[in-house]
Amino acid sequence: MKTILRIVVVLSTAFAMLPATAALNVFACEPEWGALAQELGGDKVSVYLATTALQDPHRIEARPSLIARIRSTDLLICSGSELEIGWIPLLLTQSGNPRVQLGAPGYFEASQYVVKLEIPKVIDRALGDLHPGGNPHVHTDPRNIARIAQALEDRMAQIDPANADGYRSRAKSFLGRWQVALARWEQQAAPLKGVPIVVYHKDFSYFINWAGMREAGSLEPKPGLPPTPAHLAELVDRMKIQPAKVVVYSPYNSPQAAEFLSSRTKIPAVMMPFTVGGTDKAKDLFGLFDDTIGRLLAVVK
Amino acid sequence: MYRKATMALAVAAALGLPHAAIAQTQDELRTLREQVRQLDRRVTDAEQAAIQASSRPASESAMNPAVSVILNGIYSNLSQDPNTFRINGFTPTLGDVGPGVRGFSLGESELAFAANIDHNFRGTLIASISPEDSIGVEEGYIQTLSLSYGFTIKAGRFFSAVGYQNQIHAHAWDFTDAPLANKVFLGNQLNEDGIQLKWVAPTSLYWDVGVEAGRGRQFPAGPAGGRNKNGVSSGNVFTHIGGDFGTGTAWQTGLSYLSTSPQDRTFDDADSTGTTVTNSFSGRSRLWVLDGILKWAPNYNPTYTNFKLQGEYFRRKENGDLTFDATGTAQTGGFTSTQSGFYLQGVYQFVPMWRVGYRYDRLNAGTTSNELVDSGALTAADFPILAKYNPTRQTAMVDWSPSEFSRVRLQFAQDKSRSDVTDKQVFLQYIVSLGAHGAHKF
Repeated sequence: MKTILRIVVVLSTAFAMLPATAALNVFACEPEWGALAQELGGDKVSVYLATTALQDPHRIEARPSLIARIRSTDLLICSGSELEIGWIPLLLTQSGNPRVQLGAPGYFEASQYVVKLEIPKVIDRALGDLHPGGNPHVHTDPRNIARIAQALEDRMAQIDPANADGYRSRAKSFLGRWQVALARWEQQAAPLKGVPIVVYHKDFSYFINWAGMREAGSLEPKPGLPPTPAHLAELVDRMKIQPAKVVVYSPYNSPQAAEFLSSRTKIPAVMMPFTVGGTDKAKDLFGLFDDTIGRLLAVVK
Repeated sequence: MYRKATMALAVAAALGLPHAAIAQTQDELRTLREQVRQLDRRVTDAEQAAIQASSRPASESAMNPAVSVILNGIYSNLSQDPNTFRINGFTPTLGDVGPGVRGFSLGESELAFAANIDHNFRGTLIASISPEDSIGVEEGYIQTLSLSYGFTIKAGRFFSAVGYQNQIHAHAWDFTDAPLANKVFLGNQLNEDGIQLKWVAPTSLYWDVGVEAGRGRQFPAGPAGGRNKNGVSSGNVFTHIGGDFGTGTAWQTGLSYLSTSPQDRTFDDADSTGTTVTNSFSGRSRLWVLDGILKWAPNYNPTYTNFKLQGEYFRRKENGDLTFDATGTAQTGGFTSTQSGFYLQGVYQFVPMWRVGYRYDRLNAGTTSNELVDSGALTAADFPILAKYNPTRQTAMVDWSPSEFSRVRLQFAQDKSRSDVTDKQVFLQYIVSLGAHGAHKF
């Protein structure tokens, strides 16, 4: 027992404590929410990104380093709608942090504040990895970002009332710039209307809905299941009759399936940034939509 | 409104007065404004309703607990009779740790319920239904949600945090069976009735420290079912540290110390004449486990390829009294042993859905001193199972997981647990999960 106590004491001095700053500790499940929190919080928040654009947010290991971060988190921002069902609940129960448990003010699910698409009428695992609450990838519609920003502003002001005025004024400035950008994007995306598009996973549904594009197929045979040769062959045949204009995939997807389809059908395959950090140009939320629209226009025109 | 406007129009037309025309436009404007205002309110209401309608409450099946079922079935081909299975050189554990029956068999089916009880507690019940039609409680515990400062308390029956693999449910193991070290030192898997207090440090490097106090209902404590006494019969202290390095490697290492005081812990053996006798041990048993796990995936994205390295080292000291033929002549003498064992395994997913793995097991019978033999009262031949022998096993497996909910595995092993023969084992197994099954630990 004595030896164990001694080990505990030695270890506790060996580990640096987390910097005890006054800033609000934000744990962002996906990079887009980290970017949004940074826009609204400025130097009043310290944002930790749990994942990068190169990771599939459906499949994240509940790593020890993530538990350690949640332990000291004041505000957890996730997409919700069961996107993070495979890792966040486990991190929460292991963290011993009541501030961010489900229902606490420190638990924020972005998808709760927007109208969700693709709410399944039939829920059965034979149909693939469905999200009973609807498609969770809500951030690909720029209008949703504005709605979620307003909800997040309220939440940040509630958790950290001392800096509420700061959050309010930053949110106002952000939303103002966002509306200007939104008007520009709407104009720029006009040529995308009605354009048939093949996706890898159903993670662009909100963008497709916003831009008025038409989803003509997906590389995954069923949501969450990797592309199979049989499904790709069928897709190639379908594209020969009714060709799509573009095939898109995300940085966390292997480009192989999209390139295969592209090589057989001459439909250009394009990697979308998908989230902040997905491409060099997608440095922030503005860059994310600039680059997303730019990449599509480059091949659709 | 409209009538008013029409009347104003009629009056204006009749009188041809310009100020009446202005009044009419203003009236119309007011009407329009009111209409726009009402329309705007309706749009806002509709939007709110749509958001409400599309937002399913974020809970597990509304108020029902999350329910899941694990099914697994095995076809086993064993070159040696499983009824003669034993791990030589080590005291037999209280339960069966053998490779199971030959031919087709249903593995343990699991039924799990979990939900938040209220804002303070979460409850989990995992029942296992054995192929022999008996139901057991594998885990059944409550866990705190609202303690601050990184503390959590678990109470009930749970897999003890001793070592790494012991806390993982069998269906999530990377091989069909447990490592030999887990078999001899923990009787396959130790689930304790008791309480666990765990603290997670506020450091950027993951660090936890915890203690468990238990009933001692299983090996290495004894007798089976636990002692008839108040207080604590089994204690465990553990700590883990873990973190990330590079652009895709996560690691965790842990140290645990399990201390129990077995009383009349029995095991069967054959004496020098070949007659089966029941021996029993009373004294102290102390077990140290050092474990390490390393997971690699390019950019932490395990979808396409990933690698997992896992190993544990066990060391146990027991000292007390050994009674030979407890139900007969009952001769008692001092007994001490220092034994150890380890396993190391690697599992590599080389393409989506397909993994290969290799495991090496080795136990070291170490040193034992048996007063009954040393004094000449009995001979070493009276304790054949304790004769010094270092068991080893090599295992290779390949598995295919068409989705996160199903897995089919083929495993080969060369098991040298018995001192005289090698058991060549082949297992073909399926493991599937139905329903809302919780995420798995790192």
